[in-house]
Amino acid sequence: MSQTSFKKIAEEKIQPKDFSFDRDNMLLAKKILKIYPKNFKESSIMPLLSIAQNQNNGWLPKKAIEYVSDFLEIPEIKVLEIATFYSMYNLSPVGKFHVEVCTTSPCMLRGSDEILSFCEKKLAIQEGGISKDKMFSLSRVECLGACVNAPIIKINKNYYEDLDLNSTDKLINNLLNDKKIKIGSQSGRKGSEPRKSSYDKKR
Amino acid sequence: MIKKDNIIFKNLYGRDDPFLKSAMKRGDWKDTKKILKKTPQDIISIIKESGLRGRGGAGFSTGMKWDFMPKSRDKQHYLVINADEGEPGTCKDRDIIRNEPHKLIEGCLIAGYAIGATKCYIYIRGEFLNEATILQKAIDEAYNSNLLGKKIKGSNFDFDLYLHYGSGAYVCGEETALIESLEGKKGQPRLKPPFPASVGLYGMPTTVNNVETIAVVPTIVRRGHEWFSKLGRKNNTGSKIFCISGNVNTPCNVEEELGVPLKYLIQKYAGDVVGGWDNLQAVIPGGSSVPLLPKNLCEDVLMDFDSLKDAGSALGTAGVIVINKNTNITKVILRLSEFYKHESCGQCTPCREGTGWLMRMMDRIYKNGATAQELDLLQEVTKQIEGHTICALGDAAAWPIQGLLKHFRNDLLKKPKKVDKVA
Repeated sequence: MSQTSFKKIAEEKIQPKDFSFDRDNMLLAKKILKIYPKNFKESSIMPLLSIAQNQNNGWLPKKAIEYVSDFLEIPEIKVLEIATFYSMYNLSPVGKFHVEVCTTSPCMLRGSDEILSFCEKKLAIQEGGISKDKMFSLSRVECLGACVNAPIIKINKNYYEDLDLNSTDKLINNLLNDKKIKIGSQSGRKGSEPRKSSYDKKR
Repeated sequence: MIKKDNIIFKNLYGRDDPFLKSAMKRGDWKDTKKILKKTPQDIISIIKESGLRGRGGAGFSTGMKWDFMPKSRDKQHYLVINADEGEPGTCKDRDIIRNEPHKLIEGCLIAGYAIGATKCYIYIRGEFLNEATILQKAIDEAYNSNLLGKKIKGSNFDFDLYLHYGSGAYVCGEETALIESLEGKKGQPRLKPPFPASVGLYGMPTTVNNVETIAVVPTIVRRGHEWFSKLGRKNNTGSKIFCISGNVNTPCNVEEELGVPLKYLIQKYAGDVVGGWDNLQAVIPGGSSVPLLPKNLCEDVLMDFDSLKDAGSALGTAGVIVINKNTNITKVILRLSEFYKHESCGQCTPCREGTGWLMRMMDRIYKNGATAQELDLLQEVTKQIEGHTICALGDAAAWPIQGLLKHFRNDLLKKPKKVDKVA
């Protein structure tokens, strides 16, 4: 149980010296401010942190937290509080492909433990770790909310569903070789329809 | 059991395009103008008489909830949609959002009109990025067709709809935690009263509804409350999306009438339990937060709020998790205990500390087996958490273990034969 490995604030030496929104994100940020009442700027903290995280390769440096607090003119502690409370904000670097394996009961029942240890072996990193070339990081997460398509892996923003060891292997190989991969079910069914998957029948 | 004609979510599996043109062909946005000519009170009455109960877990009457909203319009009213779906075993809202987004948007409009809310936020879980992109596109379409925005379809009603992304906190599915989170704070539930209907988002009257609840509203209003209340059973009317996951041959989502027998649901749609019906060990019938049912109770239990309550469990979100005999059931519940420990917001001591205790005790029992004394202690700890916290997360952490102790006590007392590696 170390699902909090990317929640530790990164060491000083890897913290970037500066952070600010690029042009597109600045426009986006201003648009976001408008959807909440003027006197409740705090509402924008979460969306702005998400933008900042996207801009900074999937993790939030200290400077980004500082920047968002300046941007919204609210105390930094309020922003930091949000960044540490919610599990999707990473406070230390993640790989180019951030692999999150769901292991809560419905996925566990369909073999997510094997998938997780397979990923550990295949990527040669422990759960909670990041590979030396910074290509992959691996994390065990709680319910991703696609239980009838279990087991599920989330890589960056996409879900890969109905996995078994073979399709996981193929998935990672395709990532390594920069090949296009199909998002969603890997067994060929549409959405959550009742259809036999390639799931191992022995279980 | 459900007739084809009565199915509300015709595009549940995404075989058809989710966007406006196709949605209209499926019957969405039909007679919107006419619906907005009814009075808000009329719409509330229709929903009340239809018997619609909230689909998010608690099963409270939706019409009554709407009726709690103040009738004067001197304050800004808010409608908030809970799309922070994260209950293990549940994945129905995801299918609605990505395949039937216009049902949700139309439902928001009608609900907003009924409760006098001109602003609505959909709080969608952050992981559902692709789904949210589809929903946003559908919202833009609706704005462009004057189905959202100012003076909708010639009426005097203005309505704005915004998406707000969550960021991975299960507890934000609790309505007051969700409101706190929308206000830009940690998602920690508020003490009630005051209820959101009087003091909610930004201190204003607010109604929080689940995605599925809102998405069925347009169809009910169009087809009438008599139609809806004929489906299902008394006090448990209508249809519902069931998510059948775990040890079944074809796990799936399916819309069925409330009151459908559990056995029928599993055998007809999910291709039966892996290894056959006799290989069934237990079922968690309503998402991870409800007590499990052992096989003998699964034989003839009906899937609705009241029947499951009588059977000692609950319908919850109708996420049916099937567990067969090849599975170590202690491990399944242990995983849930880990889940609740991870997701406790840390506000109330019994839950913050207790979920950790439960997890560690379950881990020990899973690895070493238990003595009768230990099981009594475990039961005692669950009782100390249950009912002693602000929100129901504490109860939700306690109930799966109580279910396990109630039905599998003798199995727990045996020393475990073989322990799989816990990742």
